[in-house]
Amino acid sequence: MNLVSQITKTMLHGAAEMVVAGHRCVCDPSGAMYLEDDRILVVSDLHFEKGSSFARRGMMLPPYDTATTLAALGRVIARYNPASVISLGDSFHDGEAAARLPAQYAAQLGSLMAGREWVWITGNHDPDHPAELPGETFTELAFGNLIFRHEPSKRPCPGEIAGHLHPAAKVVRRGQAVQRRCFVSDRSRMIMPAFGAYTGGMNILGRPFHGLFDAQAIIAYMLGSKRVYPMTAKALYI
Amino acid sequence: MKISKAPTADTGSALLPPLFLNWFQAKGWSPRAHQLELLEAAQAGQSTLLIAPTGAGKTLAGFLPSLVDLAQRGKSNAASRGIHTLYISPLKALAVDIQRNLAKPIEEMGLGIRLETRTGDTPAHKRQRQKLVPPDILLTTPEQLALLIAAKDAGRFFEDLRYVIFDELHSLVTSKRGHLLSLGLARLRRLQPGLQTIGLSATVADPDELRGWLVPQTDGSPLASLVKVEGGAKPHITILQTEDRVPWAGHSAVYALPGIYEAIKQHATTLIFVNTRSQAERLFHDLWMANEDNLAIALHHGSLDVSKRRKVEQAMAANALRAVVATSTLDLGIDWGDVDLVIHVGAPKGASRLAQRIGRSNHRMDEPSRAILVPANRFEVMECQAALDANYIGAQDTPALGEGSLDVLAQHVLGMACAEPFQADELYAEVTTALPYAALPRDTFDRIIEFVATGGYALKSYERFAKIRQAADGSWRVTHPRVAQQYRLNVGTIIEAPSLNVRLTRQRGKGSNVRGGPVLGKVEEHFIEALSPGDTFFFSGRVLRFEGIRENECIVSKADGFDAKIPSYAGGKFPLTTYLADQVRNILADPARWGALPDQVSDWLRIQKEKSVLPQPGSLLVETFPRGERSYMVIYAFEGRLAHQTLGMLLTRRLERAKARPLGFIATDYALSIWGLRDMGRMFKKGELPLSELFDEDMLGDDLEAWLSESFMLKRTFRNCALISGLVEKRHPGQEKTGRQVTVSTDLIYDVLREHEPDHILIQATRADAATGLLDIRRLSDMLGRIKGHIIHKDLDQISPLAVPVMMEIGKERVPGEAHETLLEEIAEELTREMSDHS
Repeated sequence: MNLVSQITKTMLHGAAEMVVAGHRCVCDPSGAMYLEDDRILVVSDLHFEKGSSFARRGMMLPPYDTATTLAALGRVIARYNPASVISLGDSFHDGEAAARLPAQYAAQLGSLMAGREWVWITGNHDPDHPAELPGETFTELAFGNLIFRHEPSKRPCPGEIAGHLHPAAKVVRRGQAVQRRCFVSDRSRMIMPAFGAYTGGMNILGRPFHGLFDAQAIIAYMLGSKRVYPMTAKALYI
Repeated sequence: MKISKAPTADTGSALLPPLFLNWFQAKGWSPRAHQLELLEAAQAGQSTLLIAPTGAGKTLAGFLPSLVDLAQRGKSNAASRGIHTLYISPLKALAVDIQRNLAKPIEEMGLGIRLETRTGDTPAHKRQRQKLVPPDILLTTPEQLALLIAAKDAGRFFEDLRYVIFDELHSLVTSKRGHLLSLGLARLRRLQPGLQTIGLSATVADPDELRGWLVPQTDGSPLASLVKVEGGAKPHITILQTEDRVPWAGHSAVYALPGIYEAIKQHATTLIFVNTRSQAERLFHDLWMANEDNLAIALHHGSLDVSKRRKVEQAMAANALRAVVATSTLDLGIDWGDVDLVIHVGAPKGASRLAQRIGRSNHRMDEPSRAILVPANRFEVMECQAALDANYIGAQDTPALGEGSLDVLAQHVLGMACAEPFQADELYAEVTTALPYAALPRDTFDRIIEFVATGGYALKSYERFAKIRQAADGSWRVTHPRVAQQYRLNVGTIIEAPSLNVRLTRQRGKGSNVRGGPVLGKVEEHFIEALSPGDTFFFSGRVLRFEGIRENECIVSKADGFDAKIPSYAGGKFPLTTYLADQVRNILADPARWGALPDQVSDWLRIQKEKSVLPQPGSLLVETFPRGERSYMVIYAFEGRLAHQTLGMLLTRRLERAKARPLGFIATDYALSIWGLRDMGRMFKKGELPLSELFDEDMLGDDLEAWLSESFMLKRTFRNCALISGLVEKRHPGQEKTGRQVTVSTDLIYDVLREHEPDHILIQATRADAATGLLDIRRLSDMLGRIKGHIIHKDLDQISPLAVPVMMEIGKERVPGEAHETLLEEIAEELTREMSDHS
């Protein structure tokens, strides 16, 4: 399959499909990725309770980030009705965030988890299983040709689906720059955008991404309000 | 005001102790009338505002009451006394300057008065000593005052305070810095109810506002008394005469280069003011290219590295330069050697600003200043003419003070809790003695306390993390010493735009991963953001090639050639003031006044009168005409670029709804042009879309709401409010954050907060700020009210002469409202098309 047919294939809900290590991956504008053939939904870097984590240190960020993230998660789960959900690490902003989760949100999360398999991959912010919550916890998980882990490996790693870096892409036109969170892939591996309401982005041309992808084959799916926008290397700015 | 009753040298002997009289005599001077008048008012226990032009001996006048009082008090008995006089200036450099100037008379008279500065640069050990052994006179900045009153020992430190002197008061009070300062003054007055204030100011439109600012806003309390020095010799101002064609549009003034260069050659030292950094860069570069005589010409603007700026300032003071190209960084204070000419390139945008800048030349008040105005385009010719008239008649257009902002209040409330526990009733009473907060509603104040404590959210989930909390006696106190530490790190209201260091490398074409050389200065992130490697631009007086970004540095190399590919953002930084706009409109409407304008400009207006009509004061001219495949509408509102941009956004929405299929718009200081696919002139004439409806004031209701909610401008304003109010920290203990690295994106916070709590106090503060600042809604709303029933529509076959300038801006400036999604779609489609072509 060549680059063109991948780029042009925009799907329902403004999502786009691309093949990574032989698996068909649907990149949803919400920032979630859906493995249609296996009914697996993947989200990364939810950073639940980031607001209260800052409040502990004296920065009273609006306490509505978890609600916003949960609502977005709820919408994408309703859209695809996945059999399994993988949360790719940094699901909670700190080690105590799961315990701090207000009861109403815990219940809301519980109802999203009900009736499906749920996998927590550990991340640097949440190295342990989230307190009191169901689901299984792994440091990494292999599935078919794919391997799910939080931090992308420094060396080429075919089939790796990772998060952690909060990728974002920037394009410029008529003197105006637009930066958005994005999926980034070279068809061998993929790094997913951060899903959480308070998670920003890091430019994929920046140093942390150096050497992770085949520079010629890189595609960034930038998240728009209703669809994703595929961009190739030549359109990207730092 | 009452100059006639001013004390004379005779009465001076009654006011001044012999020590001072002898000193004046030994110098061969006699005290000036305003100096004695101010002394008399101060000795009568009055707070006083001194309004005087540059060079009138304002500083000595301001300090005279203190010096006399301190001299009579006798030698200070260290340790046992607190500060006697506090001097506050907007610039660190000014405080240092004053120390030098004041030390001399103190020493010569043998007064034994201790005089010290305290700024951000003062070393920690010196600050500590100042706390233990306060000097008699302390020279400092608004930020340092905020820190001093937030300290636990503030009461003792200020227990002997008699005088507070505010320098350049006119420039301080209109900003958030001024709001913070007014609250600081309110606290000083609580600590020391008997203190007197002395304000030093340049000429302002409404002296009574400043007189009120200086005294507590309590019933029956009189305004500060006023001492006014009438300006010395009238400045000699001309508009640059040139044979060359004045351009229709643009801001570069390249056409006038030979004239400017000639003027530099004919004077000893010339200060050249421009409105923006990029104009400075451009002009400096062009002058350098024309500099056949190798004149010493330098560049000075706020983005240059500090050491470079200091070098220029020193060379300037030593009279080693023939010319300096500068931006507003040179506006204030400080002595600049013997400048004998000021050239102002581009329209000054405000008459007061022009007066201030012209004051830079000939720093002696009895000799006339010389200045040349260089308009960059035809509208600016009229603007310069208007400003010139204004300067002669002494008209002033400084902005009104406005209401105190809530983010500043939040910062102050936390500071006061750091100083000592407070009762809400008492602090409210104190805060409302400050002029900007005199009308603050009590419930707003209470919401601010809640905001400081826990963020003030409807969802009360942060009670356990509260920064301040009420004790059993009802007093609010900080919950942890760390809170005070964080407050001290983040005090102040100056939010710098996120910016990057510009570092020069010798390795070209290797991207950002190279060995770096010297830092040339700083540029705003939004400028760099649109560059790709290989692009060239002007900076620090040279042409640079953008290589890449590394952490928070922008790596550049020297470029070949003399021209930059990327024209820096052009356009006046300051919007046209209402006063000057009115003047321009008056000139336009009155052919009798065209005689003062160059022929090419008056001809232009004459043809406009033939082909269309001239905009009249009191009405709004709207022209429509076809051009290419599109229909254009040009609106001559004269309300400044910001108000026009807001109007453009709102009208575009309405035209969209009326199915006029608008495509875009562009705003200048004078006019707004909107273009679309359907014939708008026809729609107006046929009554399909009456102009009165299009321009109805109700656009400031729902349309404004809808637009604001998605406006990136509001996000920029929110960022400032979030940082100043302490919601998000600029700096965290142990880690210095640059603007670029604010710990969490305020854009994301804004989105979440607006969705869940759209009437949160910080969103209200943001909107209030935007209304007066970036969006200029107040001005727009005034205009819409004024022109109701007075809209004149002219449907033309082709573009009118007056429309040419705004039409020429199309495609040059970015259109700020352009939807990001459209832009993404465009690029994505383009890539896809290219790919299919290649397969």
